[in-house]
Amino acid sequence: MKRALIIDDEPLARMVVKEYLQNFKQIEVVQECNDGFEGLKAIQQYQPDLVFLDVQMPKINGFEMLELVEQPPAVIFTTAFDEYAIKAFETHAVDYLLKPFSKERFNKAIEKYLALAPSTPSSKQTEELLETAAHSPAQHERIVVKTGTKVKIIPVQDVLYLAADDDYVSVYTAEGSFLKNKTMNFFEKMLDPRYFVRVHRSYIIAIQQITRIDPYEKDAHLAILKSGAKIPVSKTGYVKLKQVLGI
Amino acid sequence: MASTLTSSKLYGAFIFCGLLWANLQTYIVHSFGFIWYIALMDGFVCAILLACACWLINNNLRYYQPGKGSYINILIWCGALAGICTFGCRWILPLLCSGQAYYDFLSQSLAIRFFIYFLAVGWMAMISMIWYSQIDQKENEKRKNEAEKLARDAELYNLRQQLQPHFLFNSLNSINALIGFKPDEARKMIHQLSDFLRGTLKKDDQLQVPLNEELQHLNLYLEIEKVRFGHRLQTEISCDEKCGSALLPSMLLQPIVENAIKFGLYDTTGDVVVSIRAEMEGNYLVIMVQNPYDPQTSRPKKGTGFGLRGVQRRLYLIFARNDLMETHANDNIFTTIIKVPQL
Repeated sequence: MKRALIIDDEPLARMVVKEYLQNFKQIEVVQECNDGFEGLKAIQQYQPDLVFLDVQMPKINGFEMLELVEQPPAVIFTTAFDEYAIKAFETHAVDYLLKPFSKERFNKAIEKYLALAPSTPSSKQTEELLETAAHSPAQHERIVVKTGTKVKIIPVQDVLYLAADDDYVSVYTAEGSFLKNKTMNFFEKMLDPRYFVRVHRSYIIAIQQITRIDPYEKDAHLAILKSGAKIPVSKTGYVKLKQVLGI
Repeated sequence: MASTLTSSKLYGAFIFCGLLWANLQTYIVHSFGFIWYIALMDGFVCAILLACACWLINNNLRYYQPGKGSYINILIWCGALAGICTFGCRWILPLLCSGQAYYDFLSQSLAIRFFIYFLAVGWMAMISMIWYSQIDQKENEKRKNEAEKLARDAELYNLRQQLQPHFLFNSLNSINALIGFKPDEARKMIHQLSDFLRGTLKKDDQLQVPLNEELQHLNLYLEIEKVRFGHRLQTEISCDEKCGSALLPSMLLQPIVENAIKFGLYDTTGDVVVSIRAEMEGNYLVIMVQNPYDPQTSRPKKGTGFGLRGVQRRLYLIFARNDLMETHANDNIFTTIIKVPQL
């Protein structure tokens, strides 16, 4: 018996999935969720095998929710329209259903899932999916992090800088720092290069936060931020910084 | 061309001036004591040559507008044409007229003839230049106006297209769900959706419609959204009789309400009340749309999304004013206010 979650903010949309699922006795819907927060909780609670996930949802979208899950389950996206998302699905998702979808199309998706179920899609695949989805404009605007059991949404304007921290990245804001289970490369791709520059292998800074740049040892510099933080700038980072600042 | 009449008039004037010129010169030459035949020959040959020169310079300028700094070329042209005319007189006139006195008169007057030709051709050149540059300018202006109109139409069309496919596909999906267990409601929703879409397609941007009509159309949209989101979405609409008949550009409210719903539904997780209030303030129809939002996560700077920018642009295009829309955000409530001047 496979356990499935349906996460969609429209009750009627969840109903369609539930109705179509009646044909598959081996899949049981353990819960329906209204939004990403409920979804996150339910995923932790039930550890489902399969999630039907809408993209556009209140507060945090489907991708952002997935980012917060440690070991994402197999995901079938159900969405109406989002060209960026579709690009992401095409490359990495188990399957995606464009609303409104037919029963036949739905059955195909389930069969596809069942066929590859034994070797559940690796979390690496989901990782790649999220990285592709990160190019969607909605994703440039905020960073979603988890603090304890709570989800925090950080608008990118509030970000001072990011620092690599072992396997995580620390997102520094005026309120403090937040850990996110992502790579520096992920953030470098996701954040708008006009406002954020990777000045060092382990640092990305918000350009607007810089008050001055001091020379430091040979070839290296130090960027002093408004908050007083001193961020090392590597030789190549300095070149990039000069380019963006136009000096 | 519309200028046919004026250009035929122009030709008339040109010929008239030429004849006047010929007669005047005949009279002057005669007053120097030459017989009428010689004076007539002199006058007309000179006038014909001058007319040719004028026609040439005019034609030349029709296809070539000198830019800044190349006016010297025109001067050189005038000089050359005047020279050719002078030599023309010098060679043609002795063939037609005889007499030592006339030959002397001719060779002595060559310098003054050259200057007169030069002035006349220069004058013609100046008139042509002004004339053609004026025509050019008119045409440029026309083209510019047309381009502007086209761009404006395209822009309005694009703004209209913002009626996102999201809404359409999600509505269809809801209908898909309803068909199974509530076929009557599904049917009703299909009718609402088609009425709404038909209304959207039919509406002319340039048209001013009464608020009542606009609200009716909006209601179709709201009803569909309510089916999609269930009890999460509620709407409050207040509009008295006087406002109901006030005019506003069609489809102006739509993007504002869409924006309110989107913000409300996707920025909060609780129940959402979107309120629309209309009232008259002097000569303005004032419409206020309010929705809840979360100041913690909304991007304050991006508060006016594409939809609202489009509304502002439309108001600007129609009323040429930039102060007809404002937005406020406080106490978790986002407010959009538009003022529509009543003409």
